[in-house]
Amino acid sequence: MNYPRILFCIFLMALVTYLLRMLPIAVFRKKIHNRFFQSFLTYIPYAVLAAMTFPEVLYSTSNGEVTIASFTTALCGFLVALLLAYRGKGLLTVALGSVAVVFLVGLVVPYFPFFI
Amino acid sequence: MKGSNRVTTPSLTFFKGVTDGIPICLGYLSVSFTFGMMATEGGLPVWIAVLISMTNMTSAGQFAGMALILNGGSYFELAITTFIINLRYMLMSLSLSQKLDPLMNMLERCAISFGNTDEIFAVAMQQEGKINGAYFSGLMSMPYLGWAAGTLIGATATNLLPLSLRTALGIAIYGMFLAIIIPPARKLKPVFYTIVISVVLSCIFRWTPFLNQFSSGWVIIICAVIASSCMAVRYPVDTDEEQIQNTEEAGA
Repeated sequence: MNYPRILFCIFLMALVTYLLRMLPIAVFRKKIHNRFFQSFLTYIPYAVLAAMTFPEVLYSTSNGEVTIASFTTALCGFLVALLLAYRGKGLLTVALGSVAVVFLVGLVVPYFPFFI
Repeated sequence: MKGSNRVTTPSLTFFKGVTDGIPICLGYLSVSFTFGMMATEGGLPVWIAVLISMTNMTSAGQFAGMALILNGGSYFELAITTFIINLRYMLMSLSLSQKLDPLMNMLERCAISFGNTDEIFAVAMQQEGKINGAYFSGLMSMPYLGWAAGTLIGATATNLLPLSLRTALGIAIYGMFLAIIIPPARKLKPVFYTIVISVVLSCIFRWTPFLNQFSSGWVIIICAVIASSCMAVRYPVDTDEEQIQNTEEAGA
């Protein structure tokens, strides 16, 4: 293990990540009055999380290689998460609910030959 | 003197922050567990895995960074990759800067910005009124502990869980994202449209030849900027109230 290199890598990652988070908060201390920009910033959280979630979620249960089986388990997990979230369930319920469904469907899928 | 000037909602205490952070903490346990596991499977010592989590506290950025550390990527490559994947935090911090109590000092701002992760940010933005340092530090405390503890457990107990369960944990973070964005999308039409536009663009980038060459960090930025700009033009928020126009119930 080349520890000096690894530690410098970690420092570099941490520094870049921290600066990205810190600079806007430190610089924009005043209220932005531009209406367009205000509205833009209101919608940003939803837009970012939506783009991060779909379609990436469909690949989230593959171990390196995406198969029809991994796609199926992910799709089931996604649909259940969508349903739970729609019903207003909390962060943890939705997260663990989708994990449970992926796990259970993953147990059943191998018995259906067309998935393999 | 400060007390009378505070524009913060009084209910946003440190303790409320801690309570609001518990679900995020538990969700993080499962995600960072996976990170810790992959780190030791890749050959990194446990303390390095935990150190990465405690200094970075970012999911996608850490996974990508770890891959580069293990595969001998250059420092430049590592810095650029981290920058692109985490560029979205600039948008989030910009958005959060408008929600913070104007009386927060520079030190407080620099301290809390470390904890501005996707989930903590989203939960903070959903609070009514301005966010103060006490609430935000409470909010980030439990997820920070969960992120570090999950990494430690995952790194030391690699073979404790069967592969099927480890695989299933991969979807946890997306479940958290959905729990954050779907309830407001149900109530507010513009939020619903924002999500639809962003998802459609994200699918186009993923499944179109040539466009699928863009790295995920850029794709997130491009989709989010286009979707939010369209909605800002179509449904501008009321400048004084800072509320999204609730025109009709979303047909979600």
